[in-house]
Amino acid sequence: MIAFRAVHKGFAATPVLEGFSLEIPDGETTVIIGYSGTGKSVALKLIVGLLEPDAGGVEVDGQLVHTLDRDALRGLRASIGFVFQFAALFDSMTVAENLALGLRRQGLADGEIAERTTEALELVGLADSQERYPAELSGGMRKRVGIARAIALRPRYILYDEPTTGLDPVTAAVMDQLMVRTREAYGVTSVVVTHDMRSAYTVGDRIAMLYRGTIRQVGTVDEIRHSHDAVVRQFIEGRPEAAADADRVAGARA
Amino acid sequence: MLRFVLKAVARGLASLGAVGHLLADMVRGLRDVDVWPRLTVVQMRRVGVDSLPIALFIATFTGIVLSLQASYTFTGAVPLYFVGTAVGKSIMLELGPVLTGLALAGRVGANIAAELGTMKVTEQVDALETLAYNPSSYLVAPRVLAATVMFPLVVAVAVAVGVGSGLVAAVNLLELTTVEFVRGLRLFYQFKDVWFGLLKSMSFGFAIALIGCYCGLGVRRGAEEVGRATTRAVVLGAQLILVLDAFWAILLL
Repeated sequence: MIAFRAVHKGFAATPVLEGFSLEIPDGETTVIIGYSGTGKSVALKLIVGLLEPDAGGVEVDGQLVHTLDRDALRGLRASIGFVFQFAALFDSMTVAENLALGLRRQGLADGEIAERTTEALELVGLADSQERYPAELSGGMRKRVGIARAIALRPRYILYDEPTTGLDPVTAAVMDQLMVRTREAYGVTSVVVTHDMRSAYTVGDRIAMLYRGTIRQVGTVDEIRHSHDAVVRQFIEGRPEAAADADRVAGARA
Repeated sequence: MLRFVLKAVARGLASLGAVGHLLADMVRGLRDVDVWPRLTVVQMRRVGVDSLPIALFIATFTGIVLSLQASYTFTGAVPLYFVGTAVGKSIMLELGPVLTGLALAGRVGANIAAELGTMKVTEQVDALETLAYNPSSYLVAPRVLAATVMFPLVVAVAVAVGVGSGLVAAVNLLELTTVEFVRGLRLFYQFKDVWFGLLKSMSFGFAIALIGCYCGLGVRRGAEEVGRATTRAVVLGAQLILVLDAFWAILLL
C-alpha cells in the first residue's frame, strides 16, 4: 500500500503540500484531482523518491521512501511504473529500445525482453511501431508508449501523471480505456493525477481532491460526484463563478 | 562591493561543492558495472573519433604558422634547424593539448551540457531514475571516462599532424631540409615532452566532461536555461583548461 503521512513539501518560499495525508488501497485506482499547481505531480514524484519531503513521508509497502538507501530505492522503483505527463521517452532510442531499457535493468534475457516489449505494445495498439523513434509519433502515441514502458515492467503500482492532458477527446478516451484495461489485465494499483473529470470518473475507484496543500475530500466516484463541498463542486463542475472561487484564488499555489 | 565579492565567492564555493558531489556520486555509480562500460564505448566514439576532424584542422594550421614564425624569429640570429625544436616543443608541450582542449571544450562540453540539459527538462533523467538507473552511472560516468581516455589520443594524433605540417611547411616554404628539421626536433627532445602533454590532455578531458555534465544536469526548466547551461559549460571548460595548464606547468616543469 502507498500512504502519504502528513507530507510537507515546498519550493523556495512557496509551500506546495502542507500536511498532505492519503492512503492508496491495493488493487484500486485512486485519482488525485485538483487545480493546476496544487502539487499533484509533486505527490507522485514523492512516491518514487524523485523528490524528498520537507516533513512527514511517503510509505510504500511499509517502507519510508526518503529514508531508503540507493539499493533499496532501486528495488522499490523496480516495482513502480511511472507514466510521465509528456511521456519522457528517450528520444535517441526506438520505441522497442525505450521499453527494453527498464527490462534490461531487471536482468531479463533478450528473448523475454522482446516478448514483453511486443506484449506491452500490443496492449496499447502500437505493436507495429517498435522500430520508430519518438519524434515520429504523435502526442497520443507517445503517451501510449509511455504506458507500455510502464506495463512492460509488470509493476505492482503504476503512477499516471496527467495522462489525458493535451489530447483530443477521442484519444483521451482511448487512454482511459487503456488504464482500465491495464488494471484489469495485471491487477495493478494505480494512482492517476488529473484535472480531467471525465477521465477521473472513468478510471477511478476513488477520487481525492487536493486543495491548498492537503486533501479536501476523498471518496468513491459517486461520493465525489454528489459532493456537497462547495470547493469540490466548483472544481468538478468547472464553474468559475462559484462561491468557492474567491477561496480558491486566495489559496492557489504557484 | 565587499558584499558582491562575498556573494560571488559563496556562489563559487557552492558550485565547487556541487561538482564535488557529482564526482563522488559518479565514483559510487561505477559499482554499476553492467551499465557504464557499454555506454562508455559509445561515448568514446562520439568524443574521440567525431572530434578528430576539428583537432586535425587546428593542428595542421598551427604547425604551419609555428614553422614560419620560428623561421622569422630565428633568421640571422639562430641556426634555422632550431625551427624543428620550436615546432616540436611548442606543439607537444603546449599548443597541441591546449588548442585542442579549447576546441573540444566547445564541441564536447557544449554537446554534453545541451544533451543532458534537454534530457532534464523533458524529464528523461527522471524517467531513467524511475527505471532504476542511476544517472551518475548511466549518463555521467560514460561521458567523463570517455573524455578522459579519448582526449590524450586525439591530442596525440593532433601533435603528430601538427609536427608533420610544420615539417612540410619548413621544407616547402623555408630553406630547410627534412634532415635539418628532424635534427632540430630531436635536439632537446625528452620523453617527458610527450607524457606531459598527454597527462594534461587527460585532465582537460576529465574537467570538460565533468563540467558539461554538471551544467547540463543543473538545468531546471526551459530551452533558455539549456542555452545558458551550454554557454556556461564552454566558458567554464575553457577557464578550467587554462587553470589546469598552469597547474601542471608549476607542478611538473
